[in-house]
Amino acid sequence: MHVCQPCVSLLLSRPLSAALQQSTRALHQRAHLTLLQHTLIELSCSSYVLSSVDLDAAVHPSPLQEISEEEAVQIHVPSALPPESSTLRPYVDESETLSKLVQLGVNLWKLEQRPNVGSMLVRLDFDADVAPKLLLLKDLGVEETKLGQLVSYLKSKKFSKQSVAAMVSKAPYLLNFSVERLDNRLGFFQKQLGLSAEKTRDVVTRLPKLLCGSLEPIKENLKVCELEFGFRGNEIQHIVTTVPKVLIANKRKLTQIFDFVHNTMDVPHSLIAKFPQVLNAKFLRIRERHLFLEYLGRAQYQPSQPNYISLDRLVFLPDEVFCSEVALATLEDFERFQKTL
Amino acid sequence: MTTQAVRLFRKMNGLFAVYKPQGVHWKHVRDSTESNLLKALNSCPPPAPQLALQFQLLSGGENCSSKDVVLSPSMVPTLADHPLVTGPQFHKVHVGVGHRLDAFSSGVLVLGVGKGNGVLEHLCKSHVTRDYTLEGEFGKATDNFTHTGRVIEKTTYDHVTLDKLERVLAMIQGANQKALITYSQVDLHTQEAYELAVRGLLYPHGKSPPILTGLRCIHFNPPNFTLEVQCVNETQKYLRKLIHEVGLELRTSAVCSGVRRTRDGPFKVENALTRQHWTADSIMQAIAHFSKTTRKIRKSGMYRQTAGPLNSSTQVQEQTRSQTEQINLEHVELSSSTSDTVVDRETPVTLSEGRTKQ
Repeated sequence: MHVCQPCVSLLLSRPLSAALQQSTRALHQRAHLTLLQHTLIELSCSSYVLSSVDLDAAVHPSPLQEISEEEAVQIHVPSALPPESSTLRPYVDESETLSKLVQLGVNLWKLEQRPNVGSMLVRLDFDADVAPKLLLLKDLGVEETKLGQLVSYLKSKKFSKQSVAAMVSKAPYLLNFSVERLDNRLGFFQKQLGLSAEKTRDVVTRLPKLLCGSLEPIKENLKVCELEFGFRGNEIQHIVTTVPKVLIANKRKLTQIFDFVHNTMDVPHSLIAKFPQVLNAKFLRIRERHLFLEYLGRAQYQPSQPNYISLDRLVFLPDEVFCSEVALATLEDFERFQKTL
Repeated sequence: MTTQAVRLFRKMNGLFAVYKPQGVHWKHVRDSTESNLLKALNSCPPPAPQLALQFQLLSGGENCSSKDVVLSPSMVPTLADHPLVTGPQFHKVHVGVGHRLDAFSSGVLVLGVGKGNGVLEHLCKSHVTRDYTLEGEFGKATDNFTHTGRVIEKTTYDHVTLDKLERVLAMIQGANQKALITYSQVDLHTQEAYELAVRGLLYPHGKSPPILTGLRCIHFNPPNFTLEVQCVNETQKYLRKLIHEVGLELRTSAVCSGVRRTRDGPFKVENALTRQHWTADSIMQAIAHFSKTTRKIRKSGMYRQTAGPLNSSTQVQEQTRSQTEQINLEHVELSSSTSDTVVDRETPVTLSEGRTKQ
């Protein structure tokens, strides 16, 4: 049996609202028209089943009507892009810029959290805006633009090409700065720390964030090291060249660690200056390990005494190695001890 | 089609205990556990990207004799499902905190994940007792009752001996027992009250000030001493003030140098996770370990809720009291033997409850 019979009967028995009363007759007429079409197609032995009755069947061709290949290729489907969206997901497949950015490995999800960045990215044209900047970053050597001036300035201060590339990748906002600002910063570091040019370059390459942020906290940290902790000038230099993070560390946490290491563990200044990694470690870790060693009677930090434990081994070894080699106890003992603190 | 990440997320439901180190805010503990759980969830492989139909112009194959380009369809993964565009699969895991510990104290902190957060509420309302170890030091008094505060006065402590300390502790314990009986809303002149008191099943109903159900000195080495306390409805500041008051009663002054929670209801310190174990797999193991306890707490909480509107009947009141008391039975003991026999103790009560109710 032809399935369309129940469809047609359904159409005729559909309840119509009062507003549509006038068009009922037209509907019925159209229904008759489609009924005729149905029977014609049925007679022409087509195997398609009509699932919906198209009221405008007389005007447009039926979607199931067969057409030639050339016409099929010429059909253009307008993309149903939403006019506004909170993410870039609906636009990625359509936009050439966005898909190329994703293929290059840009974290679009992170960037669209920032205000207005999403709209800006959607409006960018890849060839005009994005490509030149990418080529510039790749070469780091174009002389005409402002970014190029910065790079040439850094090169004049004898930063090698790899170090410039490393600095820019770690702290990309460096490229926003003017040349004078960078000059001031480098001069400040060289004067305050009293380091040679080579060492300043090394420190800045390892931690380019030093050049980006404000100089006040760095000055404060240096003052704290000198006055509160009582380190001498050459000790501070050694600490900063080994662990530049001390300059931008949190002042309160730094003081807490130093206070514990110097006063509770009785480690003199010279030893701390020799192993400045201790100042960069987590306070809780140092405290728990020291108290464990003290409980076991192995807390010996003087190099002249037997069973000496160096500070960097205390801090940097993972727990299993620390327990087996330094404390000579099992990991379970260490955990049980931690639960008594 | 559930992915591995979704299956793991659905398993993250329940309670577990964590050992909070001293000097750390409880929020930091909660945030670390949440970020570790999220890390584990987002490290699972993402679902396969959806494929979309694309028509591509390819040169005709060997079958075609002509050199025309031919449109051929192919299924290509959409970039909209790329992880760089969608971001991590999970942004948030609900991790809740039970009875809080302030930054100065250390010890057992109960955390709940997912559906366990509802059970946390029942745990807080169920008047469970908590075990603390308090370290005290004679000789000085500070403004915030801790050894790190500003010193207000210094006194001598040579006259303090162990039996004087025990006498003071016994006096404090007596006062607390009186308060316990008052707040337990039990008429002292009944046989039933006597039996409950003999078995040690009295505990406060409704709102009450902090009450110590047990107090004893476990270590005395002047100037340092250690007290073990079981209490209900307490805050850590109250316990530090207790040390100060003990000093005052002994005609000297004392400060608290450590507050350590060894037990929070059924969660004991042996099963608490230390900082190295705040990772997803250890947490899942701990949740599995405590699943029975969690179910019991949920059942007792639901029973209390259904019995709520019928509070007028004294019979139901007694039933709720004995039900929750059975859960706390293990913990009101002063000798604090650590056994997991709460299971056995509870089942006969539930059976009898069912019978008497019907």
